[in-house]
Amino acid sequence: MSTSLRSNPAVTAASLALVLLGTAIGLIFFFTPEDVDQGISQKIFYIHVPIALTAYACFGWGAWKALLHLWKRAPGADLESYVAIHQGVIFGALTLLTGSIWAKASWDHWWVWSSRQLVLFLVLFLFYAAYFMLRFSVEPGPARANLSAVYALFGVALIPVSFLAIRLAQDFVHPVVFKSSGPAMTGSMFATFCVAWAGMLALAATFYHVELAGKRLDTHVRELRALLERP
Amino acid sequence: MTYASDVLTLARKDLRLELRARDTVPAMVLFVVASLVIFHFALPSASGDLAAYGLLWVALIFTALLGLVRGFAAEREQGLLDALVLAPVDRSTIWLAKAIAVLAFLGLAELVALPAFALFFTSVTWATVAGVALADVGICTVGTLLAAMAAASRTRELLLPLLFLPLAIPIVVGGVGASVVEDPGRYLGFLAGYDAIFAIISWASFEYVVTE
Repeated sequence: MSTSLRSNPAVTAASLALVLLGTAIGLIFFFTPEDVDQGISQKIFYIHVPIALTAYACFGWGAWKALLHLWKRAPGADLESYVAIHQGVIFGALTLLTGSIWAKASWDHWWVWSSRQLVLFLVLFLFYAAYFMLRFSVEPGPARANLSAVYALFGVALIPVSFLAIRLAQDFVHPVVFKSSGPAMTGSMFATFCVAWAGMLALAATFYHVELAGKRLDTHVRELRALLERP
Repeated sequence: MTYASDVLTLARKDLRLELRARDTVPAMVLFVVASLVIFHFALPSASGDLAAYGLLWVALIFTALLGLVRGFAAEREQGLLDALVLAPVDRSTIWLAKAIAVLAFLGLAELVALPAFALFFTSVTWATVAGVALADVGICTVGTLLAAMAAASRTRELLLPLLFLPLAIPIVVGGVGASVVEDPGRYLGFLAGYDAIFAIISWASFEYVVTE
């Protein structure tokens, strides 16, 4: 494993995340206009939606690595898939948290069933929490890698299916009273949103590489220890 | 031997086991009837038929779980799954045969559950029956694959509901929608789409669940 800072992707991603998120925060508070209806609380949109999209990206990346594991038997793909889904769950939990705060600020409730994004993330959170239950109740080895990969692939199929299901359910469960998308974005709002999103993706990439390096180091140390203990 | 005859042979084995031991279907029937009786007391008198339809779907999903948990029990107790995997058949036939067997058990339980629901609560529409039939296919295809996963883990029976329930949410949406709205076509179509998508994924991925 390379320990040189220059070739370490985590360092590149971290610097990128720092610059982009710093810029985004500046843009959010000093550049974008304040929303007419929601006022200052609308600013959380620039954090909440990029986090949600980043969580999708992590789940998608995890499923892609799972597919590579099953299809090409790519070495290390299982670990990469696990780490990506772990980051997806962290960003998913943050989506629920920021969404909840936004719901409280806008509609005075911590939870609203009429926000499709929030409901979808709750379903996904339950689904991927079960992924960890599955993974940690099987002995490490090829069988565990296969089971995890198949379950991760079910996840990417579940995202659009659940999205559609939640849309359909609103016909009889809960009418749409509030729109979570809000009014159309102006150019400055959209630009800020894009910078914030790129920053979040860079942040996720940083966490991904740091966790991956840690996990690989763990494996490496375990192998070395096994070698030392051999008589 | 062709694919179809392999599937039939394997499914016949499960059905014959059940015919001799009779431990899954009677349990599912008793469970679903007991659940409906509980729902009578869980529903205040003002809540109406729509709420009863919702609870019918809860009862069906949990009854299906009962059958799915038992799905690979015989194989696990006898160490049969390894032998099946070694058999000179396409691995997906094991999945398909098991899904067909569980579908038969669930169908039998529902032959009792739906008339019982009509007797205790309110009439069952044709759309509900169609929804139940389509949902059963989805439940059994996805559920059988997840049951095989759960059977490979340490926590087994505990794990299956955790794996299955998030994937069952779209089925409940489609089923309840088909039962309660005027025009159920969209919901039935959604259930059919769910069945197709997840049947293909389950069929393609079962091999990886039982092999290394």
